[in-house]
Amino acid sequence: MRAAVIVFPGSNCDRDMAVALRDAGADVQMVWHKDSDLPDVDLVAVPGGFSFGDYLRCGAIAAQSPICKGLVAHVDRGGYALGVCNGFQVLTETGLLPGALMRNAGLKFICKTVGLTVATANSAFTEGYSAGDTVDFPVAHHDGNYTVDPDGLARLQGEDRIAFTYATNPNGSIADIAGVLSENRRVLGMMPHPERAVDAGHGGTDGQALFRGLLGQLTSA
Amino acid sequence: MKAKVHVMLKNGVLDPQGAAVQHSLGALGFEGVAGVRMGKVIELDLADGTSEDTIAQMCEKLLANTVIESYRVEVL
Repeated sequence: MRAAVIVFPGSNCDRDMAVALRDAGADVQMVWHKDSDLPDVDLVAVPGGFSFGDYLRCGAIAAQSPICKGLVAHVDRGGYALGVCNGFQVLTETGLLPGALMRNAGLKFICKTVGLTVATANSAFTEGYSAGDTVDFPVAHHDGNYTVDPDGLARLQGEDRIAFTYATNPNGSIADIAGVLSENRRVLGMMPHPERAVDAGHGGTDGQALFRGLLGQLTSA
Repeated sequence: MKAKVHVMLKNGVLDPQGAAVQHSLGALGFEGVAGVRMGKVIELDLADGTSEDTIAQMCEKLLANTVIESYRVEVL
């Protein structure tokens, strides 16, 4: 599987993402935000961090960068995309995923490991788990409070597009949502960091199944 | 020409910052503060003759996230 990791000024999880993908067996290229053309890849990963200093709104400036036009075209062609933390914010700002990420309800930056429930195994990202599995992933965000209008929430629930929920809601997200899938189930955005849970040195390896499952699906496709 | 864009969270969207400021005003002894909403003001220095429609497009595409925010344009 070929993957590209987008690097924005202020990205700080780009190399962690690349390491997690490479560990799972992917051929990874880093691409700079000013590049207007993506290389020919199966998956585009939008990493965590503070792109453009979170100016205006988290992810808002990044969503207008040249590479994001390529990202939207990649997804429109049926390509896969994974956005983690700031990457999730970028994916909502581009409109590739519904809803928005607001300031945490408690106003504090949250940096800790949280328990998640795998809400659906029906996606390339989550097929390595079983629905109902509990996993521990770190979160590190100030704006992770997911919101979507009532119709949008009903669609996400009705179409089984909520990928992960928080066991204990840390940030006020509606319906405890930690990650959502696109309509074609090929785009996943999530606030918790699976790439920070792939090595024994991380204190947990619950994220490995996400990357290995993805590799298995996309390599056999 | 100049324009001011006022961006606010939509009514009904919980504003935790506003709630914290409201609480703090109460703690300072200011009574009767029934609500506080936080937003932002963006000042634009524009070419003369920029249409309101163009400014609205700027708001829709970048300045406001209309999923959660509303905006109001004030041409000065």
